[in-house]
Amino acid sequence: MTELLAVEGLTKAYPGVVANDGVSFRVAAGEVHALLGENGAGKSTLVKMIYGLVKPDSGAMRLHGAAFEPAEPRSARAAGVAMVFQHFSLFDALDVAENIALGMESPPPMSQLAQRIRDVSDTYGLPLDPDRVVGDLSAGERQRVEIIRCLLQNPKLLIMDEPTSVLTPQEVEILFETLRKLSAEGTAILYISHKLEEIRSLCDAATILRGGEVVATCDPRAQTAAELAEMMVGSKLTPPSRAPHDQGAVVLDVAGLTLPSATPFGTSLRDISFQVHAGEVLGIGGVAGNGQDELLSALSGEARTDAGTVRLSGTPIGQLGPNARRRIAVLAAPEERLGHAAAPDMSLTENALLTGAIRQGLTARGFLNWPAARGFAEDIISRFDVRTPGPGTAARALSGGNLQKFVIGREVLQRPDLLVVNQPTWGVDAAAAAAIRQALLDLAARGTAIVVISQDLDELMEISDRFAALNEGRLSSPRPMRGLGMEEIGLLMGGAHDMEVAHADA
Amino acid sequence: MIRLEKRPTPSRAWAAATPVLAVLATMIAGGLLFAALGKDPFAAIRIIFWDPLFHEQFAAYSRPQLLVKAGPLILIAIGLSLGFRAGIWNIGAEGQYIMGAICGAGAGLAFYPSESILIFPLMVLAGALGGWAWAMIPAILKTKFGANEILVSLMLVYVAENVLASVSSGLLRNPEGHGFPGSRNLQQWGASANPELIAGSGMHWGVVAAFIAVIFTYVLLTRHILGFQIRLTGESPRAARFAGVNPARLILICLGLSGALAGLAGLFEVTGPAGQISIDFGSGYGFTAIIVAFLGRLHPVGILLAGLLMALTYIGGELAQLMLGLPSAAIQLFQGMLLFFLLAMDVLSNFRIRLGKAEVA
Repeated sequence: MTELLAVEGLTKAYPGVVANDGVSFRVAAGEVHALLGENGAGKSTLVKMIYGLVKPDSGAMRLHGAAFEPAEPRSARAAGVAMVFQHFSLFDALDVAENIALGMESPPPMSQLAQRIRDVSDTYGLPLDPDRVVGDLSAGERQRVEIIRCLLQNPKLLIMDEPTSVLTPQEVEILFETLRKLSAEGTAILYISHKLEEIRSLCDAATILRGGEVVATCDPRAQTAAELAEMMVGSKLTPPSRAPHDQGAVVLDVAGLTLPSATPFGTSLRDISFQVHAGEVLGIGGVAGNGQDELLSALSGEARTDAGTVRLSGTPIGQLGPNARRRIAVLAAPEERLGHAAAPDMSLTENALLTGAIRQGLTARGFLNWPAARGFAEDIISRFDVRTPGPGTAARALSGGNLQKFVIGREVLQRPDLLVVNQPTWGVDAAAAAAIRQALLDLAARGTAIVVISQDLDELMEISDRFAALNEGRLSSPRPMRGLGMEEIGLLMGGAHDMEVAHADA
Repeated sequence: MIRLEKRPTPSRAWAAATPVLAVLATMIAGGLLFAALGKDPFAAIRIIFWDPLFHEQFAAYSRPQLLVKAGPLILIAIGLSLGFRAGIWNIGAEGQYIMGAICGAGAGLAFYPSESILIFPLMVLAGALGGWAWAMIPAILKTKFGANEILVSLMLVYVAENVLASVSSGLLRNPEGHGFPGSRNLQQWGASANPELIAGSGMHWGVVAAFIAVIFTYVLLTRHILGFQIRLTGESPRAARFAGVNPARLILICLGLSGALAGLAGLFEVTGPAGQISIDFGSGYGFTAIIVAFLGRLHPVGILLAGLLMALTYIGGELAQLMLGLPSAAIQLFQGMLLFFLLAMDVLSNFRIRLGKAEVA
């Protein structure tokens, strides 16, 4: 195969951290090449250098054998490099064609553009109507807008940053078909991910980064997922495990929970009913924006509902606020770490106080017991292996994984009877994610009822006893996780409930 | 090229140093301004910052003025700082100050000419209630209807000024005042007087109240759950709701406290230095206190120092007008610069300056 892109000894240092240290690898034309690594391994910095967003300190790149030094994304695009970002930059109020025109150097007239969009979407099996308003599209469809915007420029190298994190399994399959087709036509794809199974099914080659350096280059199809994970993390990973247990009494009973959205962009919850037993983990899957935040706030007490719709061991608690629920051992850890679960500019001691004041007895008649709060913060830091100089550090100074360990640890150590977590390992490296999942399972083993809301299906399959999916504010009826296939999960996430599943099986 | 880089943790050293740097920058820019006006900049700066305290001729008069002017500024700024910390913007302290003075004076004058020792405490209570009630208007409009407290509280200042004009020539006018507007002199009526407590110091009950407010607020913010909730709400409103803070309750508490303290400042002023309710009673303390609150970094001890500094520029400014013939607008500009430089230097506590090539990260 002909060499398309060669990267030689790229180095990029930021104050206090070397993001890339002498990184070298090659991508052949038509190759699907994975960049694999944990958060902070340097994947993003590397592709930003290739896309001209960041200038390397030293090292060189060659594209088609010629020196390639993009000073800005425009010159990278001119050379045939396109990138689909993890976070979309689309205008909700404009239609698909207008959004695509905005991202082009010299857009053709609208009628021609619409036709070209239809052509590209037919050719590559990416269904998309150019006249639809972006605000009405699902996350998967929005991603197609971004991909088609790139494809209209006939790229030689397409960079994709964590493209599947917002997709249902079916949408992932559609995307992979497109990528395989592109690759067959000679377009190389640089695919960033930390999802190992995806990489094994899609990619021809993988470059594995750890701590800013290339630690291995391999053929991912010739390795097991565990071997890839070990190369990525640099040590052996023990998957979370739990002792078998009997089903306990019903702890949480949600019946007919309906909650109008508090903001115009939120999702209303519609007639949600489920039960969670002592010692059980209920996994709630779904694509982002289908009511996850709203469900968490209805359970944490940030949003009030009719008293009887939420019951704890039979007692109606729908009208209780967050602190009243903490008193009866109902605890929660929201998805957004900075600004919701923790105050960014406050110290870890203050953040320990944020939810721990009541159950840890950190106040006496309204006065704060700072030594006790610091002690609690130190306890979380040591028991959950939070890497930080000390409890005086501001929350925003911690890496995502460390802050997440702190946030989860803070709730776990308060001995909840019911714990609700949203995206417990989002943006967290593999080792920290394994530690967090193990902590949740250990808590369940001690009899706590746990609700895990997550968009990571692998995570839910690993730790849930039962599974339900949120779709447009509705929850499918929970089913045992064991024996549930990916296809069924995908249908549940897409909103097809029991009836439709039966139909599809037939 | 110079660029700013966000610090992982806000720098405590810079947070403490910026007010000092802002004062120095104000002195330099102000000096240039005075030089452009044809005055000796060094003499002007010396007259503003040094002479009020140490000039052999003027200091005897102006030194007590320091506490007289700083007292209400500190008292009001302390109240405002609680709301500002929580992101609740009471801009109408001037109105609450006026209403506190009117209510307090009215409550006292209802018993004229009684000499009961209960009258002054009653007036203090009425003054606090008057300011509190005036601040409750924006508070309730905000919590019930989502009205912007900045606009409502500011507009109520002008309402209060008109109420002031009305009562000083009507309801509270001195019946023995030969028809001139203005109430009886409260300082000369023993039961209502707020005298200088230590001769030559300028210390009156309002200054005592300001010192108590500083200590009380310091303890509240560092040791009490309510202070923690105020800080948390300002830092991160969503995290505050997650921590069980009731935002409506916090708005009522913060606006209420700041209104009550502004009302107290008005009452101590009308019974002491001002002496009577008159059309020109409102002197802008309520607005200057906003500068004091920010100059003091919304920290109680900082506000104490900032209030003294701001009082000094007031007295020094008057002295400079007298001795150098500087226009009063130049002095106001000088005071405004102080806030401007402070806010501009604020960047340094959250960002560090990097020299080098720009880069999109």
